[in-house]
Amino acid sequence: MYYIGIDIGSTAAKVSVFNEDELILNFAMPTGWSSIETSKVIEKRLRDKGIDLEKSKIIATGYGRISVPYADKTITEITCHGKGAHYLLGKDATIIDIGGQDTKIITLENGRVTNFTMNDKCAAGTGRFLELMANTLGVSIDKLANMALEGEDINITSMCTVFAESEVISLIGSGTKKESIARGIINSIIGRVYAIAHKHGIKDTVFLTGGLCEIGSFVELLSQKLNMKVETKPLARYAGAIGAALLAKNI
Amino acid sequence: MRPKIMEEVEALRGVNSAKIKEAHEAGKKVVGMYCVFSPSEIALAAGAIPVSLCGTTQEPIEEAEKVLPRNLCPLIKSSYGFAITDKCPYFYFSDVLLAETTCDGKKKMYELMAEIKPMHVMSLPQTAEGEDALEMWKNEIVKFINFLEEQFDVEITEEKLRDAIKLMNRERDAMKRLHKLNAHKPAPLSGMDMMLAQWLKGFNVEKEAGIDLIERLIKEVEERMEQGIYAFDEKAPRILLTGCPIGAGSEKVLKALEEAGASVVALENCTGYKGLDVMVDEEKDPITALAEKYLATPCSCMTPNNRRLDLIKRLAEEYQVDGVVDLTWQACHTYNIESYTVKKFVQEELNLPFMQIETDYSDSDTGQVKVRVEAFLETIEVSAVAN
Ligand code: SF4
Ligand code: SF4
Repeated sequence: MYYIGIDIGSTAAKVSVFNEDELILNFAMPTGWSSIETSKVIEKRLRDKGIDLEKSKIIATGYGRISVPYADKTITEITCHGKGAHYLLGKDATIIDIGGQDTKIITLENGRVTNFTMNDKCAAGTGRFLELMANTLGVSIDKLANMALEGEDINITSMCTVFAESEVISLIGSGTKKESIARGIINSIIGRVYAIAHKHGIKDTVFLTGGLCEIGSFVELLSQKLNMKVETKPLARYAGAIGAALLAKNI
Repeated sequence: MRPKIMEEVEALRGVNSAKIKEAHEAGKKVVGMYCVFSPSEIALAAGAIPVSLCGTTQEPIEEAEKVLPRNLCPLIKSSYGFAITDKCPYFYFSDVLLAETTCDGKKKMYELMAEIKPMHVMSLPQTAEGEDALEMWKNEIVKFINFLEEQFDVEITEEKLRDAIKLMNRERDAMKRLHKLNAHKPAPLSGMDMMLAQWLKGFNVEKEAGIDLIERLIKEVEERMEQGIYAFDEKAPRILLTGCPIGAGSEKVLKALEEAGASVVALENCTGYKGLDVMVDEEKDPITALAEKYLATPCSCMTPNNRRLDLIKRLAEEYQVDGVVDLTWQACHTYNIESYTVKKFVQEELNLPFMQIETDYSDSDTGQVKVRVEAFLETIEVSAVAN
């Protein structure tokens, strides 16, 4: 029996497949403009890989979770994330997930989600903010984070994405080093995450999931700010999909 | 299936707006009020009809934003929007308005609203503790009495006050008993119906008929309980909703909770149990009794506001709740800040799952609210299984 987790987020869709207890496959793709289309592409890719969907249990999660007609059940990304993170880390933690559209802090106790906080509806402190700012500087997010390590410790003070963008533009205009601006941008998102995480309450290890966990320099700067080592795992961006697949075993 | 009488309750919307017009044409006076601190007994004793004008829909907000800042609590914007657009029959037929100095946003909005209709502002102390606060509030009660006497050219006698107090206590008692039905597990009434019954009561032109309707609703629900008919089954997670006031049109969080399978059994907010908890003492001199009752309202505008925590605790126990949801309207600083205190209290003292939702009246974040609500209920389910 296959257990499949499909996590359709606002920017990327992630898929994880277990064959009984063995994690055999993970893949990701951009969500694009239609999550229904994305779910069709996923279905085809799964079949191409020789996975018999008739002999599978499937859970869909993420913003596009209702657009997966072949899923047996939907569960929110918060529960799935918690489950997947516990699988990857093997212990309780405070999970920080910086997603495209929102940032979540999740507390795991005895492997279960006992509490969570999500940022309010604006883009500050989310992946989208970083993406927009990187665009303004004309670099990729990876590059931005690497540059930030070299820059001076300056601050972008505007919380709102639109105002932050004009702030960045005027910094460029005034000849501030690009590295320092990059640092300011990273500081802004990290500062926001720091505030949400502390208001939520940090317990045990901090585990970073979501796309940004693959960027070493970002993890380093976040660790500095939180004054503790932020852990991450190679498959951390699949935490939601892995959790969904694991939960599919209970169906 | 809902209780049949809920249809009659819902019909109140249409019925009451026609009645308010008739009453106005018959020369009856109407006092528009905005808050649970507003002593409706005084309006009744003046022979007038007290109606609740608190804005609960998104519709007039756009108009309101022509004058008010966007970054303001939707309840304030909606209330003001109704006042300037003539879309609310109750505002239209109000002869005078009663306002209180509660939060800053409302207080300053009232200055603008006062240009539209005669308004009396009661200065509310910032604390409910101590003799000084009570003295000040008693004084404010007297000033409101004088205002209505002058406006309506009537005399508000002690006897009339006592009668009004008895009438309002009877209404509170009926509403209280209605709420308490949901202490039963499973709950016989949905939170949505409970909220509607209470919210619509705020527009009742005839208090006696309103009380009678609630009594009949209680009776029907009790009969249904005997037959084993409930709004939710035993397994539905039981939620206490606290925070900013809600009403028809601003029920989105309550609705999202119940659509996701929760049974909202206790409403601690102003359109719920908050104003019903304390009765007016019928033995004491009416002015002291009224001042004491209204000052005891556990609103976040007061500092400190520990009574809110006490009330949450009592309700959480009595209604056997599985989790607490705190609703904050965007830009409501008092409830927003207090949410941190409530969170710590609920998690640490009551050992219950807690979630705050900050939102406005619009539909723009429906998806997000849904995810939060569902995830919150999932955490409750998991802890239920684990225990
Ligand atoms: S929340 Fe406070 S200010 Fe608002 S209606 Fe209730 S008592 Fe009045
Ligand atoms: S919800 Fe908050 S900001 Fe809005 S009127 Fe009530 S106390 Fe004031």
